[in-house]
Amino acid sequence: MAHRTPLFAAHQAAGARMVPFGGWDMPVNYGSQIEEHHAVRRAVGVFDVSHMRAVDISGPRATDFLRYLLANDVARLPTPGEAPDNAPGKALYSCMLNEQGGVIDDLILYKRGTDSYRLVLNAATTDSDLDWIQTQAAPFAPVITRRDDLAMLAVQGPEARATAIPLLPAGLRATLEQLKPFSACEQDELFVARTGYTGEDGFEIILPNDQVADLWQHLLDAGARPCGLGARDTLRLEAGMNLSGQDMGPEVSPLVSGLGWTIAWEPPERDFIGRAALERQRKEPLAQRFVGILLLERGVLRHGQPVIFNDQVAGELTSGGFSPTLERSIGLARVAAAVTDDCQVEIRGRRLAARLVKPPFVRHGEIKIPL
Amino acid sequence: MSQVPSDRVYNDSHEWLMDNGDGTATVGISDHAQDALGDLVFVEPPKIGDALSAKEACAVVESVKAASDIYSPISGEVVEVNEELGDSPELINGDAYGAGWIFRLTISEPSEIEELLTAEAYGELIAEEE
Repeated sequence: MAHRTPLFAAHQAAGARMVPFGGWDMPVNYGSQIEEHHAVRRAVGVFDVSHMRAVDISGPRATDFLRYLLANDVARLPTPGEAPDNAPGKALYSCMLNEQGGVIDDLILYKRGTDSYRLVLNAATTDSDLDWIQTQAAPFAPVITRRDDLAMLAVQGPEARATAIPLLPAGLRATLEQLKPFSACEQDELFVARTGYTGEDGFEIILPNDQVADLWQHLLDAGARPCGLGARDTLRLEAGMNLSGQDMGPEVSPLVSGLGWTIAWEPPERDFIGRAALERQRKEPLAQRFVGILLLERGVLRHGQPVIFNDQVAGELTSGGFSPTLERSIGLARVAAAVTDDCQVEIRGRRLAARLVKPPFVRHGEIKIPL
Repeated sequence: MSQVPSDRVYNDSHEWLMDNGDGTATVGISDHAQDALGDLVFVEPPKIGDALSAKEACAVVESVKAASDIYSPISGEVVEVNEELGDSPELINGDAYGAGWIFRLTISEPSEIEELLTAEAYGELIAEEE
Protein backbone atom coordinates (compact mmCIF):
# COMPACT_ATOMS: atom_id res chain seq x y z
CA MET A 1 0.00 0.00 0.00
CA ALA A 2 1.17 3.51 -0.73
CA HIS A 3 2.42 5.66 2.16
CA ARG A 4 0.07 8.23 3.60
CA THR A 5 1.01 11.50 5.24
CA PRO A 6 -0.49 12.42 8.63
CA LEU A 7 -2.91 14.67 6.70
CA PHE A 8 -4.54 11.92 4.64
CA ALA A 9 -7.89 12.24 6.45
CA ALA A 10 -7.68 16.06 6.32
CA HIS A 11 -7.20 15.90 2.55
CA GLN A 12 -10.24 13.70 2.13
CA ALA A 13 -12.25 16.07 4.33
CA ALA A 14 -11.15 18.97 2.11
CA GLY A 15 -12.42 17.16 -1.00
CA ALA A 16 -9.05 16.12 -2.40
CA ARG A 17 -8.62 13.93 -5.42
CA MET A 18 -5.85 11.58 -4.32
CA VAL A 19 -3.32 10.10 -6.74
CA PRO A 20 -0.28 7.85 -6.41
CA PHE A 21 2.93 9.88 -6.43
CA GLY A 22 6.41 8.55 -5.68
CA GLY A 23 5.04 5.76 -3.52
CA TRP A 24 2.62 8.05 -1.68
CA ASP A 25 -1.11 8.77 -1.90
CA MET A 26 -1.12 12.54 -2.41
CA PRO A 27 -3.73 15.18 -3.27
CA VAL A 28 -3.49 16.30 -6.91
CA ASN A 29 -6.19 18.94 -6.41
CA TYR A 30 -9.18 19.82 -4.24
CA GLY A 31 -11.48 20.73 -7.13
CA SER A 32 -9.90 23.23 -9.51
CA GLN A 33 -6.16 23.11 -10.01
CA ILE A 34 -6.27 26.45 -11.79
CA GLU A 35 -8.00 28.18 -8.88
CA GLU A 36 -5.41 26.72 -6.51
CA HIS A 37 -2.67 28.04 -8.77
CA HIS A 38 -4.17 31.54 -8.76
CA ALA A 39 -4.62 31.44 -4.98
CA VAL A 40 -0.85 31.03 -4.59
CA ARG A 41 -0.03 33.77 -7.10
CA ARG A 42 -2.55 36.22 -5.65
CA ALA A 43 -3.05 35.36 -1.97
CA VAL A 44 -1.95 32.24 -0.08
CA GLY A 45 -2.06 28.48 -0.53
CA VAL A 46 -0.85 25.60 1.60
CA PHE A 47 0.64 22.35 0.31
CA ASP A 48 1.18 19.14 2.25
CA VAL A 49 4.72 18.16 1.27
CA SER A 50 5.17 15.62 4.03
CA HIS A 51 6.12 13.03 1.42
CA MET A 52 9.43 14.85 1.14
CA ARG A 53 11.94 13.62 3.64
CA ALA A 54 14.07 15.55 6.09
CA VAL A 55 17.42 13.93 6.83
CA ASP A 56 19.70 15.29 9.57
CA ILE A 57 23.46 15.00 9.18
CA SER A 58 25.88 15.87 11.95
CA GLY A 59 29.28 14.98 13.35
CA PRO A 60 32.77 16.47 13.48
CA ARG A 61 33.34 15.81 9.77
CA ALA A 62 29.79 16.53 8.58
CA THR A 63 30.92 19.69 6.78
CA ASP A 64 33.77 17.86 5.03
CA PHE A 65 31.35 15.13 4.01
CA LEU A 66 28.77 17.51 2.55
CA ARG A 67 31.47 19.43 0.69
CA TYR A 68 32.35 16.10 -0.96
CA LEU A 69 28.75 14.90 -1.48
CA LEU A 70 27.24 18.05 -3.02
CA ALA A 71 28.13 20.13 -6.07
CA ASN A 72 27.34 23.37 -4.26
CA ASP A 73 29.61 24.30 -1.35
CA VAL A 74 28.17 24.19 2.16
CA ALA A 75 31.23 26.12 3.40
CA ARG A 76 29.50 29.18 1.93
CA LEU A 77 26.87 29.01 4.65
CA PRO A 78 27.33 31.00 7.85
CA THR A 79 26.85 29.18 11.12
CA PRO A 80 23.59 30.21 12.81
CA GLY A 81 23.97 32.39 15.86
CA GLU A 82 27.55 33.35 15.14
CA ALA A 83 29.08 36.77 14.57
CA PRO A 84 29.07 39.11 12.82
CA ASP A 85 25.29 39.40 12.70
CA ASN A 86 24.08 36.52 14.86
CA ALA A 87 22.31 35.37 11.69
CA PRO A 88 19.73 32.61 11.56
CA GLY A 89 20.48 29.49 9.52
CA LYS A 90 20.91 29.69 5.78
CA ALA A 91 19.73 27.35 3.06
CA LEU A 92 21.64 26.10 0.03
CA TYR A 93 20.16 24.57 -3.12
CA SER A 94 22.39 21.88 -4.58
CA CYS A 95 22.62 18.96 -6.92
CA MET A 96 23.88 15.60 -5.74
CA LEU A 97 25.86 14.18 -8.67
CA ASN A 98 27.17 10.78 -9.63
CA GLU A 99 30.77 10.22 -10.74
CA GLN A 100 29.77 10.88 -14.35
CA GLY A 101 28.44 14.30 -13.39
CA GLY A 102 24.77 13.31 -13.82
CA VAL A 103 22.15 14.59 -11.38
CA ILE A 104 21.05 11.93 -8.88
CA ASP A 105 18.74 14.45 -7.22
CA ASP A 106 18.41 18.07 -6.26
CA LEU A 107 17.88 19.07 -2.67
CA ILE A 108 17.83 21.91 -0.19
CA LEU A 109 20.31 21.86 2.65
CA TYR A 110 19.94 23.96 5.80
CA LYS A 111 22.78 24.72 8.17
CA ARG A 112 21.64 24.34 11.78
CA GLY A 113 24.92 24.56 13.70
CA THR A 114 28.70 24.25 13.34
CA ASP A 115 28.57 20.65 12.15
CA SER A 116 24.83 20.11 11.96
CA TYR A 117 22.73 20.13 8.81
CA ARG A 118 19.29 19.19 7.52
CA LEU A 119 18.67 17.98 3.96
CA VAL A 120 15.25 17.75 2.36
CA LEU A 121 15.03 15.00 -0.25
CA ASN A 122 12.48 14.33 -2.98
CA ALA A 123 9.84 11.73 -2.14
CA ALA A 124 10.26 9.33 -5.05
CA THR A 125 14.03 9.13 -4.59
CA THR A 126 14.35 9.20 -0.79
CA ASP A 127 15.40 5.56 -0.44
CA SER A 128 17.88 5.52 -3.30
CA ASP A 129 19.26 8.93 -2.29
CA LEU A 130 19.82 7.68 1.27
CA ASP A 131 21.56 4.54 0.00
CA TRP A 132 23.88 6.73 -2.03
CA ILE A 133 24.47 9.12 0.88
CA GLN A 134 25.22 6.27 3.30
CA THR A 135 27.67 4.70 0.86
CA GLN A 136 29.55 7.92 0.27
CA ALA A 137 29.54 8.82 3.97
CA ALA A 138 31.60 5.93 5.30
CA PRO A 139 35.04 7.65 5.43
CA PHE A 140 33.53 10.67 7.19
CA ALA A 141 31.43 8.74 9.73
CA PRO A 142 28.65 11.33 10.13
CA VAL A 143 25.47 10.63 12.07
CA ILE A 144 22.69 10.35 9.46
CA THR A 145 19.14 10.44 10.80
CA ARG A 146 16.13 9.95 8.56
CA ARG A 147 13.31 11.96 10.10
CA ASP A 148 10.21 9.90 9.37
CA ASP A 149 8.75 11.54 12.49
CA LEU A 150 8.54 14.94 10.78
CA ALA A 151 5.92 16.35 8.42
CA MET A 152 6.23 19.38 6.15
CA LEU A 153 3.91 22.13 4.92
CA ALA A 154 4.65 24.75 2.28
CA VAL A 155 2.71 28.01 2.77
CA GLN A 156 3.18 30.08 -0.36
CA GLY A 157 1.90 33.30 -1.85
CA PRO A 158 2.10 37.06 -1.29
CA GLU A 159 0.02 36.70 1.89
CA ALA A 160 1.79 33.55 3.10
CA ARG A 161 3.96 35.09 5.77
CA ALA A 162 1.25 37.37 7.13
CA THR A 163 -1.06 34.35 7.35
CA ALA A 164 1.42 31.93 8.90
CA ILE A 165 3.36 34.05 11.39
CA PRO A 166 0.47 34.61 13.87
CA LEU A 167 -0.08 30.83 13.94
CA LEU A 168 3.52 30.01 14.87
CA PRO A 169 4.99 30.16 18.43
CA ALA A 170 5.16 33.66 19.94
CA GLY A 171 8.87 33.23 20.67
CA LEU A 172 9.65 32.84 16.97
CA ARG A 173 7.49 35.60 15.54
CA ALA A 174 10.00 38.46 15.76
CA THR A 175 12.62 36.29 14.06
CA LEU A 176 10.15 35.17 11.39
CA GLU A 177 9.20 38.77 10.61
CA GLN A 178 12.86 39.51 9.88
CA LEU A 179 13.75 36.18 8.25
CA LYS A 180 15.37 36.72 4.88
CA PRO A 181 14.72 34.59 1.78
CA PHE A 182 16.61 31.29 1.84
CA SER A 183 17.04 31.47 5.61
CA ALA A 184 15.64 29.30 8.38
CA CYS A 185 15.08 29.33 12.11
CA GLU A 186 13.85 26.79 14.62
CA GLN A 187 12.50 26.33 18.09
CA ASP A 188 12.17 22.93 19.70
CA GLU A 189 11.01 20.66 16.87
CA LEU A 190 9.49 23.42 14.75
CA PHE A 191 11.68 24.42 11.81
CA VAL A 192 10.65 27.30 9.52
CA ALA A 193 12.46 28.27 6.31
CA ARG A 194 11.69 31.12 3.94
CA THR A 195 11.97 28.84 0.91
CA GLY A 196 9.57 27.31 -1.58
CA TYR A 197 8.93 25.89 -5.01
CA THR A 198 6.36 28.26 -6.48
CA GLY A 199 8.15 31.50 -7.34
CA GLU A 200 6.25 33.26 -4.56
CA ASP A 201 7.21 34.32 -1.07
CA GLY A 202 6.43 31.95 1.77
CA PHE A 203 7.58 29.41 4.30
CA GLU A 204 8.34 25.73 4.35
CA ILE A 205 7.54 24.47 7.83
CA ILE A 206 8.87 21.18 9.21
CA LEU A 207 7.24 19.91 12.39
CA PRO A 208 6.38 16.69 14.25
CA ASN A 209 3.82 14.44 12.56
CA ASP A 210 1.44 14.76 15.51
CA GLN A 211 1.33 18.58 15.23
CA VAL A 212 0.80 18.99 11.52
CA ALA A 213 -2.98 18.47 11.41
CA ASP A 214 -3.55 21.34 13.86
CA LEU A 215 -1.34 23.75 11.92
CA TRP A 216 -2.95 22.69 8.63
CA GLN A 217 -6.42 23.41 10.01
CA HIS A 218 -5.36 26.75 11.50
CA LEU A 219 -3.90 27.77 8.13
CA LEU A 220 -7.14 26.85 6.35
CA ASP A 221 -9.15 28.71 8.99
CA ALA A 222 -6.93 31.76 8.41
CA GLY A 223 -7.74 31.71 4.67
CA ALA A 224 -4.99 29.61 3.11
CA ARG A 225 -6.37 27.54 0.25
CA PRO A 226 -5.38 23.87 0.23
CA CYS A 227 -3.38 23.17 -2.94
CA GLY A 228 -2.40 19.88 -4.54
CA LEU A 229 0.46 18.52 -6.58
CA GLY A 230 -1.17 19.73 -9.81
CA ALA A 231 -0.89 23.40 -8.86
CA ARG A 232 2.55 22.76 -7.40
CA ASP A 233 3.69 21.61 -10.85
CA THR A 234 2.22 24.51 -12.84
CA LEU A 235 3.57 27.01 -10.30
CA ARG A 236 7.08 25.58 -10.37
CA LEU A 237 7.02 25.43 -14.17
CA GLU A 238 6.05 29.11 -14.40
CA ALA A 239 8.82 29.83 -11.89
CA GLY A 240 11.27 28.01 -14.20
CA MET A 241 12.22 25.49 -11.52
CA ASN A 242 13.45 22.05 -12.45
CA LEU A 243 11.61 18.86 -11.62
CA SER A 244 13.82 15.94 -10.64
CA GLY A 245 13.58 12.96 -12.98
CA GLN A 246 12.09 15.13 -15.71
CA ASP A 247 14.18 18.27 -16.32
CA MET A 248 17.23 16.62 -14.82
CA GLY A 249 18.41 13.06 -14.29
CA PRO A 250 21.37 10.81 -13.64
CA GLU A 251 22.24 10.61 -17.35
CA VAL A 252 22.34 14.36 -17.91
CA SER A 253 24.81 17.03 -16.82
CA PRO A 254 23.58 19.92 -14.67
CA LEU A 255 25.36 22.15 -17.22
CA VAL A 256 22.61 21.38 -19.76
CA SER A 257 19.79 21.20 -17.21
CA GLY A 258 19.73 24.85 -16.25
CA LEU A 259 21.63 24.06 -13.07
CA GLY A 260 25.11 25.31 -13.87
CA TRP A 261 24.60 28.15 -11.36
CA THR A 262 24.36 25.66 -8.48
CA ILE A 263 27.88 24.29 -9.01
CA ALA A 264 30.55 25.87 -6.83
CA TRP A 265 33.77 25.68 -8.86
CA GLU A 266 35.71 27.68 -6.27
CA PRO A 267 37.82 26.81 -4.43
CA PRO A 268 39.39 24.63 -7.13
CA GLU A 269 40.91 22.24 -4.60
CA ARG A 270 37.52 21.15 -3.25
CA ASP A 271 36.91 17.67 -4.57
CA PHE A 272 33.24 16.81 -4.94
CA ILE A 273 31.61 13.80 -6.55
CA GLY A 274 31.26 14.45 -10.30
CA ARG A 275 33.74 17.34 -10.36
CA ALA A 276 36.24 15.66 -12.69
CA ALA A 277 33.52 14.85 -15.23
CA LEU A 278 32.11 18.38 -15.10
CA GLU A 279 35.57 19.92 -15.48
CA ARG A 280 36.04 17.90 -18.67
CA GLN A 281 32.64 19.01 -20.02
CA ARG A 282 33.37 22.61 -19.17
CA LYS A 283 36.43 22.62 -21.42
CA GLU A 284 34.33 21.78 -24.49
CA PRO A 285 31.66 24.04 -25.98
CA LEU A 286 28.35 22.63 -24.77
CA ALA A 287 26.35 20.92 -27.50
CA GLN A 288 23.05 21.73 -25.83
CA ARG A 289 21.48 24.37 -23.68
CA PHE A 290 18.51 24.55 -21.38
CA VAL A 291 15.82 27.06 -22.31
CA GLY A 292 12.26 28.12 -21.71
CA ILE A 293 9.74 27.78 -24.53
CA LEU A 294 6.56 29.74 -25.17
CA LEU A 295 4.06 28.18 -27.56
CA LEU A 296 2.73 30.83 -29.95
CA GLU A 297 -0.25 28.81 -31.19
CA ARG A 298 -3.03 26.95 -29.46
CA GLY A 299 -2.04 23.63 -27.92
CA VAL A 300 -0.31 22.30 -24.85
CA LEU A 301 3.40 21.58 -24.51
CA ARG A 302 4.27 18.30 -22.79
CA HIS A 303 7.37 16.44 -21.67
CA GLY A 304 9.02 14.56 -24.54
CA GLN A 305 7.72 16.60 -27.49
CA PRO A 306 10.40 17.34 -30.12
CA VAL A 307 11.70 20.86 -30.72
CA ILE A 308 12.13 21.57 -34.45
CA PHE A 309 14.63 24.05 -35.86
CA ASN A 310 15.47 24.45 -39.57
CA ASP A 311 13.16 21.50 -40.25
CA GLN A 312 15.23 19.19 -38.04
CA VAL A 313 14.64 17.76 -34.59
CA ALA A 314 16.90 19.95 -32.46
CA GLY A 315 15.87 19.13 -28.93
CA GLU A 316 13.13 17.95 -26.63
CA LEU A 317 10.73 19.37 -24.09
CA THR A 318 11.71 18.26 -20.58
CA SER A 319 8.62 19.82 -18.99
CA GLY A 320 5.57 21.41 -20.46
CA GLY A 321 2.09 22.49 -19.56
CA PHE A 322 -0.52 25.18 -19.55
CA SER A 323 0.41 28.32 -17.64
CA PRO A 324 -2.67 29.61 -15.80
CA THR A 325 -1.01 33.00 -15.25
CA LEU A 326 0.00 33.51 -18.89
CA GLU A 327 -3.00 31.61 -20.30
CA ARG A 328 -0.50 30.18 -22.77
CA SER A 329 1.43 26.96 -22.97
CA ILE A 330 5.00 26.99 -21.67
CA GLY A 331 7.80 24.51 -21.26
CA LEU A 332 11.40 23.85 -20.44
CA ALA A 333 13.58 22.20 -23.08
CA ARG A 334 17.05 20.97 -23.82
CA VAL A 335 17.98 22.10 -27.33
CA ALA A 336 21.00 22.17 -29.63
CA ALA A 337 23.17 25.19 -28.98
CA ALA A 338 22.48 26.50 -32.49
CA VAL A 339 18.72 26.91 -31.96
CA THR A 340 17.77 30.58 -31.96
CA ASP A 341 14.64 32.34 -30.81
CA ASP A 342 12.09 31.10 -33.31
CA CYS A 343 11.47 27.37 -33.49
CA GLN A 344 8.63 24.89 -33.62
CA VAL A 345 7.33 22.14 -31.37
CA GLU A 346 5.84 18.99 -32.84
CA ILE A 347 2.57 18.08 -31.13
CA ARG A 348 0.80 14.96 -32.39
CA GLY A 349 2.41 15.27 -35.81
CA ARG A 350 1.72 18.99 -36.23
CA ARG A 351 4.47 21.59 -36.05
CA LEU A 352 3.43 24.67 -34.09
CA ALA A 353 5.31 27.96 -33.81
CA ALA A 354 7.19 28.55 -30.57
CA ARG A 355 9.78 30.93 -29.21
CA LEU A 356 12.72 30.43 -26.88
CA VAL A 357 12.54 32.55 -23.73
CA LYS A 358 14.56 32.89 -20.59
CA PRO A 359 12.91 31.45 -17.48
CA PRO A 360 11.36 32.29 -15.10
CA PHE A 361 8.06 32.90 -16.86
CA VAL A 362 6.43 34.29 -13.72
CA ARG A 363 7.92 35.42 -10.43
CA HIS A 364 6.26 37.13 -7.46
CA GLY A 365 3.04 37.37 -9.42
CA GLU A 366 4.62 39.19 -12.37
CA ILE A 367 4.96 37.93 -15.92
CA LYS A 368 8.67 37.99 -16.75
CA ILE A 369 8.74 37.12 -20.45
CA PRO A 370 7.58 39.06 -23.52
CA LEU A 371 4.26 37.69 -24.79
CA MET B 1 -21.63 11.47 -7.91
CA SER B 2 -21.45 12.27 -11.62
CA GLN B 3 -24.54 13.06 -13.67
CA VAL B 4 -25.59 10.54 -16.33
CA PRO B 5 -28.57 11.90 -18.29
CA SER B 6 -30.82 9.20 -19.73
CA ASP B 7 -31.57 11.04 -23.01
CA ARG B 8 -28.37 9.77 -24.67
CA VAL B 9 -26.02 6.80 -24.87
CA TYR B 10 -22.42 6.34 -23.84
CA ASN B 11 -19.16 4.87 -25.03
CA ASP B 12 -17.11 2.90 -22.51
CA SER B 13 -14.27 5.38 -23.16
CA HIS B 14 -16.49 8.11 -21.61
CA GLU B 15 -17.95 9.89 -24.65
CA TRP B 16 -21.70 10.52 -24.87
CA LEU B 17 -23.71 10.45 -28.11
CA MET B 18 -27.10 12.00 -28.71
CA ASP B 19 -29.16 11.08 -31.77
CA ASN B 20 -30.47 14.40 -33.13
CA GLY B 21 -33.27 12.68 -35.08
CA ASP B 22 -32.19 14.26 -38.40
CA GLY B 23 -29.59 11.71 -39.43
CA THR B 24 -26.87 13.32 -37.31
CA ALA B 25 -25.60 12.77 -33.79
CA THR B 26 -23.80 15.02 -31.30
CA VAL B 27 -20.78 13.83 -29.32
CA GLY B 28 -19.19 15.08 -26.11
CA ILE B 29 -17.52 13.67 -23.02
CA SER B 30 -19.30 12.67 -19.85
CA ASP B 31 -19.44 14.62 -16.63
CA HIS B 32 -17.44 11.83 -15.03
CA ALA B 33 -14.73 12.24 -17.69
CA GLN B 34 -14.45 16.02 -17.33
CA ASP B 35 -14.29 15.68 -13.57
CA ALA B 36 -11.50 13.12 -13.79
CA LEU B 37 -9.54 15.21 -16.28
CA GLY B 38 -9.74 18.39 -14.24
CA ASP B 39 -9.51 21.91 -15.66
CA LEU B 40 -9.57 21.66 -19.46
CA VAL B 41 -7.29 24.08 -21.27
CA PHE B 42 -7.31 22.97 -24.90
CA VAL B 43 -9.54 21.03 -27.28
CA GLU B 44 -8.39 19.78 -30.68
CA PRO B 45 -11.64 18.82 -32.45
CA PRO B 46 -11.88 16.67 -35.59
CA LYS B 47 -12.06 18.47 -38.94
CA ILE B 48 -15.33 18.98 -40.77
CA GLY B 49 -15.47 16.36 -43.49
CA ASP B 50 -13.37 13.78 -41.60
CA ALA B 51 -14.74 10.28 -42.17
CA LEU B 52 -14.63 8.53 -38.82
CA SER B 53 -14.91 4.87 -37.92
CA ALA B 54 -16.51 3.72 -34.70
CA LYS B 55 -14.05 3.74 -31.76
CA GLU B 56 -11.53 5.76 -33.77
CA ALA B 57 -9.49 8.40 -31.94
CA CYS B 58 -10.58 11.64 -33.59
CA ALA B 59 -10.07 14.51 -31.15
CA VAL B 60 -7.97 15.45 -28.14
CA VAL B 61 -8.85 17.25 -24.95
CA GLU B 62 -6.05 18.55 -22.79
CA SER B 63 -6.36 19.35 -19.13
CA VAL B 64 -3.71 21.07 -17.05
CA LYS B 65 -2.58 17.53 -16.24
CA ALA B 66 -2.55 15.59 -19.50
CA ALA B 67 -3.81 15.07 -23.02
CA SER B 68 -6.61 12.55 -23.61
CA ASP B 69 -7.89 11.10 -26.86
CA ILE B 70 -11.58 11.33 -27.70
CA TYR B 71 -13.02 8.37 -29.60
CA SER B 72 -15.91 8.59 -32.00
CA PRO B 73 -18.68 6.37 -30.62
CA ILE B 74 -19.95 5.54 -34.15
CA SER B 75 -18.96 5.79 -37.81
CA GLY B 76 -19.86 8.86 -39.84
CA GLU B 77 -18.69 12.11 -41.38
CA VAL B 78 -17.99 15.15 -39.22
CA VAL B 79 -20.44 17.92 -40.16
CA GLU B 80 -19.91 20.47 -37.39
CA VAL B 81 -17.47 21.17 -34.57
CA ASN B 82 -18.03 23.31 -31.49
CA GLU B 83 -16.04 26.43 -32.37
CA GLU B 84 -16.72 27.91 -28.92
CA LEU B 85 -14.29 25.42 -27.40
CA GLY B 86 -11.38 27.14 -29.15
CA ASP B 87 -11.61 30.11 -26.81
CA SER B 88 -13.41 28.42 -23.95
CA PRO B 89 -12.43 24.78 -23.44
CA GLU B 90 -13.71 25.13 -19.86
CA LEU B 91 -17.26 24.96 -21.27
CA ILE B 92 -16.77 21.20 -21.02
CA ASN B 93 -16.02 21.45 -17.29
CA GLY B 94 -19.06 23.64 -16.72
CA ASP B 95 -21.60 21.91 -18.98
CA ALA B 96 -20.30 18.64 -20.40
CA TYR B 97 -23.72 17.60 -21.70
CA GLY B 98 -24.76 20.95 -23.16
CA ALA B 99 -22.53 23.88 -24.17
CA GLY B 100 -19.49 21.61 -23.94
CA TRP B 101 -20.48 19.34 -26.86
CA ILE B 102 -17.50 18.63 -29.15
CA PHE B 103 -18.68 17.62 -32.65
CA ARG B 104 -21.60 16.41 -34.78
CA LEU B 105 -21.42 13.65 -37.36
CA THR B 106 -23.70 11.86 -39.78
CA ILE B 107 -24.99 8.47 -38.65
CA SER B 108 -23.79 5.99 -41.25
CA GLU B 109 -24.55 2.77 -39.34
CA PRO B 110 -27.58 3.22 -37.04
CA SER B 111 -26.99 -0.26 -35.59
CA GLU B 112 -23.77 1.00 -34.00
CA ILE B 113 -25.82 3.21 -31.67
CA GLU B 114 -27.54 0.16 -30.23
CA GLU B 115 -24.15 -1.23 -29.22
CA LEU B 116 -23.41 1.76 -27.00
CA LEU B 117 -24.17 1.83 -23.27
CA THR B 118 -27.44 3.00 -21.82
CA ALA B 119 -27.29 5.64 -19.08
CA GLU B 120 -27.92 2.91 -16.54
CA ALA B 121 -25.12 0.69 -17.84
CA TYR B 122 -22.72 3.62 -18.05
CA GLY B 123 -23.64 4.69 -14.52
CA GLU B 124 -22.70 1.23 -13.28
CA LEU B 125 -19.42 1.38 -15.17
CA ILE B 126 -18.34 4.65 -13.59
CA ALA B 127 -19.61 3.64 -10.16
CA GLU B 128 -16.92 0.97 -10.23
CA GLU B 129 -14.32 3.63 -11.00
CA GLU B 130 -15.48 6.21 -8.44
